[in-house]
Amino acid sequence: MPHIWCAGCGIGSAVGCFIRAIDRTGLNADKMALVSGIGCSGRAAGYVRLDSFHTTHGRAIPFATGLKLANPELNVVVFSGEGDLASIGGNHLIHAARRNIDMTVICINNFNYGMTGGQLGPTTPLDARSATSPYGNYEPPFNLPRLVAAAGATFVARWTVFHLRQLERCIAEALVKPGFSFVEVIAHCPTAYGRLNKQGQGVDGLRYYKEKSVVRNGADPSEADIGMSGPILVGKFIDIERPTFWNNYMQVSNKAQKK
Amino acid sequence: MSEEGIREGQFFINGDEACAEGAISAGCRFFAGYPITPATEIAERMSRRLPEIGGVYVQMEDEIASMNAILGASWAGVKAMTSTSGPGFSLMMENLGLGVMLETPCVVVNVQRAGPSTGLPTSVGQGDMMQAKWGSHGVYEIIAIVPSSPQEMFDFTITAFNLSEKYRVPVLLMADETVGHMSEKVVMRRVAPEELVQRRRPTAPPGKYWPYQPDSDLVPPMAIAGEGYRFHVTGLTHDERGYPEMTAAAQERLVRRLVDKIRLNRKDIINYEEVGTEDAEVVVCAYGITARVARRAVQQARDEGIRAGLLRLITVWPFAEDRVRELSQQVKAFVVPEINYGQIVLEVERCAGGRAKTLLLPHMGGGMHQPQTILEGIREALR
Ligand code: SF4
Repeated sequence: MPHIWCAGCGIGSAVGCFIRAIDRTGLNADKMALVSGIGCSGRAAGYVRLDSFHTTHGRAIPFATGLKLANPELNVVVFSGEGDLASIGGNHLIHAARRNIDMTVICINNFNYGMTGGQLGPTTPLDARSATSPYGNYEPPFNLPRLVAAAGATFVARWTVFHLRQLERCIAEALVKPGFSFVEVIAHCPTAYGRLNKQGQGVDGLRYYKEKSVVRNGADPSEADIGMSGPILVGKFIDIERPTFWNNYMQVSNKAQKK
Repeated sequence: MSEEGIREGQFFINGDEACAEGAISAGCRFFAGYPITPATEIAERMSRRLPEIGGVYVQMEDEIASMNAILGASWAGVKAMTSTSGPGFSLMMENLGLGVMLETPCVVVNVQRAGPSTGLPTSVGQGDMMQAKWGSHGVYEIIAIVPSSPQEMFDFTITAFNLSEKYRVPVLLMADETVGHMSEKVVMRRVAPEELVQRRRPTAPPGKYWPYQPDSDLVPPMAIAGEGYRFHVTGLTHDERGYPEMTAAAQERLVRRLVDKIRLNRKDIINYEEVGTEDAEVVVCAYGITARVARRAVQQARDEGIRAGLLRLITVWPFAEDRVRELSQQVKAFVVPEINYGQIVLEVERCAGGRAKTLLLPHMGGGMHQPQTILEGIREALR
């Protein structure tokens, strides 16, 4: 299939895992909706045969919130990048986690804005070069698992595009888990971030993830910071139960209807 | 209250509350919003009413999120609304554009207050009339309706939903603080199903359906999520199948249709009210709360023997340009009182085309015109 992604880009692998994960769950794809924002990862919505919405920059989560609450039978998935979800859309991200909206957010983190040519993003490691940090980044990055866990997400995991089998299983688990599920996918962007930081081609990125990743399921997300030269903590960090927005809303609504 | 939870009968309520009830009568079952004076009472009433009739109220983190949430809800097949005022309206502009591009029925209420910025949050203004038309980016056409009373907050909210479903476009209800906060008698009613417009649904089966293949009125039938159509929609310039087509030719085809579906159907959309215009030599063109003051002034002018008339705009966008052009051949002058420093007057002047004089009576907000001010304007326009 023709697509917009560069040779060696990690996004395609993550989309593949997502599609195989749907099969694995046996969920009815007619009842699934995919919402994306803007950016390289945001183009995922155009490559799946699902009801799919390519929305505006940062706004996939509130759009998905409307879809889900208006029809709770839909299985709603957001697939987008870290700049989209955690910078311009950061407020929506933490509030959806706080409300515990029953949706799955797959966040491709490649440490930069690839589509616009590799600018500094909310997760760019300290000292890393980008198109807008030519002397090295002087802003500390977000640790996304820690952020969304603190905001109230009930399922938080991180894998890299080297860990395809784990990632596929993890997304499948997230899809059936009630509540706000967040899967961070560390992916390489050879064209922009990779080139600026001399990380080589796609395969070099995979080798890097293989060497630098440390699998630790159940790890405290506060230990999951990512620096310029690793390590990258991966695994399922959080898997807890908490009433969803809909559970709580139904109780209130039932009370209001009896009145 | 009827079985479905629709209020019927006479009530003494304010415009904001009437708006919420109008939405419910129109079939709105999803509201996303963020508190802001002087629109908060709409959200408050919805938060009380929607849970008891099986709808959903969600208070979002900001107005950007509210706008997106109603778009998402609409694509799930539910009639959806949000309400706000000036600063929040500005935040909604980005995704009002998405609503236009995806052709998403929904209603946005702006209870206008005096700006710029925080301005006079609790006082009346009409400063967002041009923002309503031009506030989002790019080229598009929108529908905006202006109520003058709590009763019209009820009635026109229903009209707004009907137009949005019919033309698949966000419809703006451009109220103002006075109309929103004043309490009057409001007759609420259950709207007959045949009076409620529902978006046209696809007749083609999944696989054969193209989300942006328009019918002869330029409006495409709309599938909703979860029905098995597996459609794709995007804010990028797209073809009839819904997929990105990033060419000048596709842009020309798509954007022309988005604009023309409103412009070419304007006779069906535009609504206004006239008082004493048949023999008028001067016509006051007003909208919202200002139209009520103008009505009084026109009556006083008539009492003085001046042949004055009132053109009250109900639809401001698309603008009633055909009618203003016609009147410009008959009258000597238009008088345009607005609670801003001249917005709709620009349209009146454009359509008058130099055939009739145009006199702006501005008010910067925080209060309304006095009838006397408009009466003096009428006299001055004829001098
Ligand atoms: S710019 Fe980077 S993230 Fe975007 S498609 Fe190319 S490699 Fe992938």
